[in-house]
Amino acid sequence: MNAPNPSGWRPAMGVAAPEGFESPTVSGDRALMLEEPLIFELREPGTTGVDIDDLELEPLDTLAGFLRAEAPALPGLTEPETVRHYTRLSRQNYAIDLGPFPLGSCTMKHNPRLNEKLARLPGFADVHPLQPQQTVRGALAAINELAVWLIELTGMHGVAMSPKAGAHGELCGLLCIKAAIEARGEDRTVILVPESAHGTNPATAAFAGFSVESIPATADGRVDLAALTAKLGPHVAGVMITNPNTCGLFERDMKAISDAVHAAGGYVYCDGANFNAIVGKVRPGDLGIDAMHINLHKTFSTPHGGGGPGSGPVVLSEALAPFGPLPWTARMADGTVRLIEEEDAATEMPTSFGRMAAFHGQMGMFTRALTYILSHGADGLRQVAEDAVLNANYVLRSLDDVLDAPFGAAGPCMHEALFSDAGLAEGFSTLDMAKGLIDEGFHPMTVYFPLVVHGAMLIEPTETESKAGLDRFIASMRSLAERAKAGDETLKSAPHFAPRRRLDETLAARKPVLTWQG
Amino acid sequence: MRYLPLTSADRAEMLGVIGAASVDDLFADVPAAARLPGPVPGLPHHASEMAVERHMTALAAQNLSAGAAPFFLGAGAYRHHVPASVDHLIQRGEFLTAYTPYQPEIAQGTLQVLFEFQTQVARLLGTDVANASMYDGSTACWEAIAMAARITRRKRAVLSGGLHPHYVSTAATMARFTGDVLETRAPVLDAVPDDDAVIAAIDAETSCVVVQYPDILGRIPDLAKIAAAAQAHGALVIAVVTEPVALGLIEAPGKLGADIVVGEGQALGVGLQFGGPYLGLFGCREKYVRQMPGRLCGQTVDATGKRGFVLTLSTREQHIRREKATSNICTNAGLCALAFSIHMTLLGGAGLAKLARVNHARAQQLAARLAAVPGVTVLNRAYFNEFTVILPRDARDVVRELADRRVLGGVSLGRLYPQETALANGLLVTATELTSPEDIEAFGTALEGVLA
Repeated sequence: MNAPNPSGWRPAMGVAAPEGFESPTVSGDRALMLEEPLIFELREPGTTGVDIDDLELEPLDTLAGFLRAEAPALPGLTEPETVRHYTRLSRQNYAIDLGPFPLGSCTMKHNPRLNEKLARLPGFADVHPLQPQQTVRGALAAINELAVWLIELTGMHGVAMSPKAGAHGELCGLLCIKAAIEARGEDRTVILVPESAHGTNPATAAFAGFSVESIPATADGRVDLAALTAKLGPHVAGVMITNPNTCGLFERDMKAISDAVHAAGGYVYCDGANFNAIVGKVRPGDLGIDAMHINLHKTFSTPHGGGGPGSGPVVLSEALAPFGPLPWTARMADGTVRLIEEEDAATEMPTSFGRMAAFHGQMGMFTRALTYILSHGADGLRQVAEDAVLNANYVLRSLDDVLDAPFGAAGPCMHEALFSDAGLAEGFSTLDMAKGLIDEGFHPMTVYFPLVVHGAMLIEPTETESKAGLDRFIASMRSLAERAKAGDETLKSAPHFAPRRRLDETLAARKPVLTWQG
Repeated sequence: MRYLPLTSADRAEMLGVIGAASVDDLFADVPAAARLPGPVPGLPHHASEMAVERHMTALAAQNLSAGAAPFFLGAGAYRHHVPASVDHLIQRGEFLTAYTPYQPEIAQGTLQVLFEFQTQVARLLGTDVANASMYDGSTACWEAIAMAARITRRKRAVLSGGLHPHYVSTAATMARFTGDVLETRAPVLDAVPDDDAVIAAIDAETSCVVVQYPDILGRIPDLAKIAAAAQAHGALVIAVVTEPVALGLIEAPGKLGADIVVGEGQALGVGLQFGGPYLGLFGCREKYVRQMPGRLCGQTVDATGKRGFVLTLSTREQHIRREKATSNICTNAGLCALAFSIHMTLLGGAGLAKLARVNHARAQQLAARLAAVPGVTVLNRAYFNEFTVILPRDARDVVRELADRRVLGGVSLGRLYPQETALANGLLVTATELTSPEDIEAFGTALEGVLA
């Protein structure tokens, strides 16, 4: 017989909670599900968490009449409070680091940490954009090295490195087209955009002063070549085509489209958001493209950061390159790389359409993307495209017996698999599927896009998902599809297990509260 | 390859499920002529982590980093001390590797940060509201001009001569294509900014007046006076702040009558990074919120009544409105907004005020030292942490010669305004809390040497 433990401890599993037990907690937290107040609720203004050296301060005569009446009414939290606040908040986010993030057309792939490490080298991170060029040779060489990769991978003539994101790159491409048309002494005002395009395409065309005309899709989800050709004419400046397109399909007629547009005096802009499907396999330059932006934050693994920063270099054909923006990185006859700015533009880049933003572009993204590209090399990038396409087709064929795949019968997809809401029970929607996926521990796919498919579900697994990971995702999707077809009402109130239940977006828009009102 | 989890066996098994004989069959829609038979020729193949690190480190070593020399550059990008916790926290995978918060139930972390960021920015700028960020200050400035044109239905913008020339160029590029008219002027080397000329240029056709505060030469315009004049003509005032730390000390533009305030937020949390990624700040009066570009985060409740946050007023945005959107912006600067917000959370308003005071004190010390260099005069009457000095010869050459002596001695006006010979001897210099008395002395001595 053992003596009783003098501390009173005894091994025990406790008792089972009664059915339906939902005890509220005093704190509002539930174990590792942590609630977090706003910083404004944690402290009053007037405090600071930064120790700033005391100086002998001189009088403020130089600022007489300009002084702020009172310091900004913002609290300052100490470091422990700050670290805890943001760490607790971070736990309310889903991220690629936690699991698959199969947002179609967003290419949420793993973000290698070597990229982060090297981008932080002081020689890249702690360099001012207006330092004398003699002190930034390495930075310019890095930009040029990335530029050469982008040109070679796309088979194009030149590249504008400064655009700050995909949509900014679209703008860059369209301004090149506009400048080229002006240089020919013509006035073309229309950009043709397929129905299935990203919303940024028509928005960019309008932002750049064009009017937009829509091109219908064929029954197999591609640009209708005949309809497009019929719209061409002396008023059409160009077309914006996404290839592979937003239905996850390669535009088989791309070369014919380019030839027709060129014959009619227009230019071809390609939205490169989906370049991950073809990198190292197909060069857009071989398809007659004149301009294409490359989202470094998609294909080349720079982090999305909860909504940016992006980076959208634009590769240009020989016809458009002379019109590219300033600054422009150019390799000189002696092999050195120079930045062409306003100072030299008149002699070195006389037809440039000008500057799109201050300084030289998203250097911090360039170093990350270059690190990624060098890691993969030409052979690895080809494998990236192959694995991305393989993973998407595996998802397509593992689900097309339980979900409607509108273009599934026509053949393989590229890097993303598209499904519709056809066949779900009356009253059950794509949104219910998405919210159900949240409860299953996955980030939902892109929903209700592209617009050409009803209740679209666009799944892009990317090449960085393992087969085992895909199998888990597929099992969840199959279960959800069966529940939605069977009319399982519990799906309509999903998510049940996330930090928040469905949020009232109508209320948010009707009475906007955009800042803390306390 | 270390980033690709599929094995050969996986690939074979998956092809079996798909019913394809090879991966190439999956690319059957690509015309044969466009399919490359192997890796793109002429490019290197994959490399180990160690090899890549060696290559990139060698490139970085060819640059003179700001921390390795006495450093005095500004002109729209400022070097400040960033507390260690900022960079640590933005590297948490839940922030770093999340997408735009389209599914709010599992993105409350990012959304609450954006809501806090919007509040911080609005209170800093003195505006009613602020958005969730733009690409940078220069693109935010053009978006503000376009927004003012939508609100006033006028297309003529008056830009002050003190607006950063890259911002002017960015706006000029866009205006050339949209039909907006920009009235621009080069800066004049006066002790005070061109407020009177700006006011004189405002008329009944003016959509907006764009005024940088402090301006490109470090001078501080009289925003209240300009705002009164603009208001009398029904024009909006857009204030542009390229150094947000200044707002710890000088009055918030929104309090002086600015209708829209845009800024470059890089100075807090983001770092120099050779020019990007940076962070566009954008605030305005509440009545204009539906004309604003960019993402907005708003407060709401969930199905059980708990407070939560969502992206809102998206009917302004491209993914809903397409060609009728207020802007084409999509991805913006989320992670930079996070860095800014964390840095601001550590500082608080009181810390920012003290930081600003220290910046100004260092600038005063720098001004006194440079004024003691023979042949050098300080232009400004008022300044925050940046001011202009006039040298006896072309400042572009002086900057290069200073760099040869390992002093990063400011930004020459010739670099910023290559066509304006009248400005050639101007040098823009900045001091921040990172500038030590030893740095200032080293600069003074080097400048004496170069000008001797």
